Amino acid sequence: MDNRQKEINNLKDYKYGFSTDIENIQAPKGLNEDVIKFISNIKKEPAWMLEFRLKAFERFKVLKEPDWQKPKFPKIDYQDLYYYSAPKSMKDKPKSLDELDPKLLETYKKLGIPLQEQARLNGIAVDAVFDSVSVATTFKDELTKQGIIFCPISEAIQNHPELVKKYLGSVIPTSDHFFATLNSAVFTDGSFVYIPESVRCPMELSTYFRINASNTGQFERTLIIADKGSYVSYLEGCTAPMRDENQLHAANVELIALDDAEIKYSTVQNWYPGDQDGKGGIYNFVTKRGLCKGKNSKISWTQVETGSAITWKYPSCILKGDNSVGEFYSIAITNNHQKADTGTKMIHLGKNTKSKIISKGISAGSSDMTYRGLVDISSKAKNSTNYTQCDSLLMGNKCGAHTVPYIKNKNSESNIAHEATTSKISEEQLHYCQQRGLNPEEAVGLIVNGFCKEVLQQLPMEFAVEAQKLVGISLEGSVG
Amino acid sequence: MKEQLQKDFYNSLKNLSLSQKDIEIKKFCLDNFIDKGFPNKKEEDWKFSDLNQIIKNNIGELSFYNDQASTNKVDTSVFVDGLEHNKIVFINGRIEKIDFEYEKKDQIEIIDQSETINEFENSNSLSDLNNAFTNKCFKILVKKGYQLAKPLIIYHTTNSKIWSKNINLRLNFELDKDSSLRLIDLFNDTSEKNFLNIFYNFELKQNAVLKNYKVDKFENKNIKYSFNNIDQDKNSISETFILSSGSNFSKNEINCNLNGVYASAFVNGVFSLNNDKHHEIRSIINHLTENTKSYQLIKSVLEQSSKAVYQGKIFVNSDAQKTDGYQLSKAILLNKESEFNAKPELEIYADDVKCSHGSASGSLNEDSIFYLMSRGLSYQQSRELLINGFLLDVVEKITDSEIKNLIKNMLGIKE
Repeated sequence: MDNRQKEINNLKDYKYGFSTDIENIQAPKGLNEDVIKFISNIKKEPAWMLEFRLKAFERFKVLKEPDWQKPKFPKIDYQDLYYYSAPKSMKDKPKSLDELDPKLLETYKKLGIPLQEQARLNGIAVDAVFDSVSVATTFKDELTKQGIIFCPISEAIQNHPELVKKYLGSVIPTSDHFFATLNSAVFTDGSFVYIPESVRCPMELSTYFRINASNTGQFERTLIIADKGSYVSYLEGCTAPMRDENQLHAANVELIALDDAEIKYSTVQNWYPGDQDGKGGIYNFVTKRGLCKGKNSKISWTQVETGSAITWKYPSCILKGDNSVGEFYSIAITNNHQKADTGTKMIHLGKNTKSKIISKGISAGSSDMTYRGLVDISSKAKNSTNYTQCDSLLMGNKCGAHTVPYIKNKNSESNIAHEATTSKISEEQLHYCQQRGLNPEEAVGLIVNGFCKEVLQQLPMEFAVEAQKLVGISLEGSVG
Repeated sequence: MKEQLQKDFYNSLKNLSLSQKDIEIKKFCLDNFIDKGFPNKKEEDWKFSDLNQIIKNNIGELSFYNDQASTNKVDTSVFVDGLEHNKIVFINGRIEKIDFEYEKKDQIEIIDQSETINEFENSNSLSDLNNAFTNKCFKILVKKGYQLAKPLIIYHTTNSKIWSKNINLRLNFELDKDSSLRLIDLFNDTSEKNFLNIFYNFELKQNAVLKNYKVDKFENKNIKYSFNNIDQDKNSISETFILSSGSNFSKNEINCNLNGVYASAFVNGVFSLNNDKHHEIRSIINHLTENTKSYQLIKSVLEQSSKAVYQGKIFVNSDAQKTDGYQLSKAILLNKESEFNAKPELEIYADDVKCSHGSASGSLNEDSIFYLMSRGLSYQQSRELLINGFLLDVVEKITDSEIKNLIKNMLGIKE
């Protein structure tokens, strides 16, 4: 057995499927004002924050769960979830990593996320979120020197209330759609990033999300602010244990880029996808939205979506500043009974705004995938351009691949171009590779990686390697 | 609106001699429509064109009763010159004349089907409205192996005798094995502010060929909705061409089911709009079996504050291997007020297929204008030349040369 084969066998089953036996503090089951007050209280939040949550909850009460999406799912009982779960040892926050529960460290080691100082050779600052709380943030000192704030959002609410107050909810208001509003009411933790004026963040910032406790919804909130002329690259990774029941993950991510700033946001999403018969898995209903507030700003989303039973998200860009740029690169892979409905929204408001969408979808097994996107050029967005390309690859005739783009052009000086293709891997390509000694699975892996190359190139180095492997593994067993 | 609908409904029943059962069915459809009302933008298919709002703003109160007793004079001046053709004349909601003078009488059968109602997939509350108020419905059956010598032109005429009225029309066509039909819908309205609601159903048997050209060219203030349902058997071909230009609002829907192997469907369209016009084409091509083909090309030229919408869907069933589906929509926006919206959609459940779509919208290419102007043309001339070429591309797709020339003349397109 060659190395690659070994590796594949190692990874064949969801390798992050273990769960950690750790003592938890949980909020009472259910969703009501008391639970929200409980969360706010345990986080020692100021009054304005509680008010923000309660306002969102008021709104949530009148909203209905949307049902227009392609992947249907059984009704979620929002009263049957725990909205807060934290390792007990976190109650009195450890001052340093040495005080951290060894079990937690062990978990992250298993996941390949080095939290300990000595393991910090790869130069990525990590914020690790375990169920509802952020457990550790690395490289803090080095970042502080440059004035960069990178900390759990619960800390930011206490230490930098002026920034949080100003920007939280400015891109995703509390009155947004169902899941975003739910998140605004009950969000527990997440990352907060502030890059001061004219600072180029020296390293990749990264958050690692892990759902551990069962029956818990994870509602994290990320807020990234890039001040004038700054640059940041941010990575996000996620895993969860294998469980029979479906778990809900409804995060909100808000990005704000001021004049001349650039934010690059990369996600490798590998939540537990459920077993081969489609039992269990995470419902990944995430709201991600970026606002190019200042002129010449740029926001770029890159995502590799391989996990989750149902993925339902549209990372969007609001191009408000003149000359701002929005980009969206996506690979979505569905296998077995996974379902994905993903895409992006590019809202052009400013002059000379540009956006680019590259979406690659691969579906295999009995899975179903939809690209759904909106390009909206408003009447004031003179001289704007958009280019969209969505390609889908189908493997087998039990899966589906769909493309639903909405294109609105209200400005005669702007141009929109959209292309989409759907095809399968051609016999000739497979034959060519096999003739040169690759086995069918390797051949498919090679072709698929080539198909996705445009997007993989956009990922930071460390992630690109991981993503490339993931692409191969996700399609395991879908050929022959 | 409810009282008006009911009052008009019972008034129109008086003119008809229907059995109790048929009245029940019509009543059921009416209740359905009252329940749902005109489609609005909350419905996905009407997202870009809120008909309820458009009717409210442009017409206000509609009346649904049509006095079918009095005949209308057939105005022969509207007939197309220089092209020998069969006619169906439809004036103010009443079929005045069906005339197949150029054909063998025993090869075409006209069947009164007024009692049957339409039930289409993918349709909406307007089919209920149509079912409730149509008084006459004919089925035109082209018999096995017969190919019509001359095209059939359906004249849709309204005159100033009516206003603020809802007019419904329904026709069924059956093209038996190896038969063919060329059909032109010609809209000629001198009336104002009526709502036309037209449903056609085509059944194409093996090897049948249907060519349907819908020409809405003359300026009018009416609101039009037209739905074509086409069922296609083995080896059949359907070609639909839509010239969408004259009415204030118009929506053409094509629902095409490719049921037999090697069946193919072509949908081509031109939007040429000015002022506040708002037009839409929505096509749904269902590839239901293997080796079927579809091709769609839609081009728009939009002036002033006009708005064009194209919603096209290619659906491929899991049995429909070897499907070939293509769809392209292009728009030129000539004014900063004009607007183009598109939703080109693919829904695919089979893997061995070749499906693609493209959509582009933008302004006239400045480089091309510069090129032409540097060769001595004026700005206006270069602009016209470019638009001419842009639209010619679609018109050239018309496979019938006689009709192609007719439409070229109407559009003023030169070669």
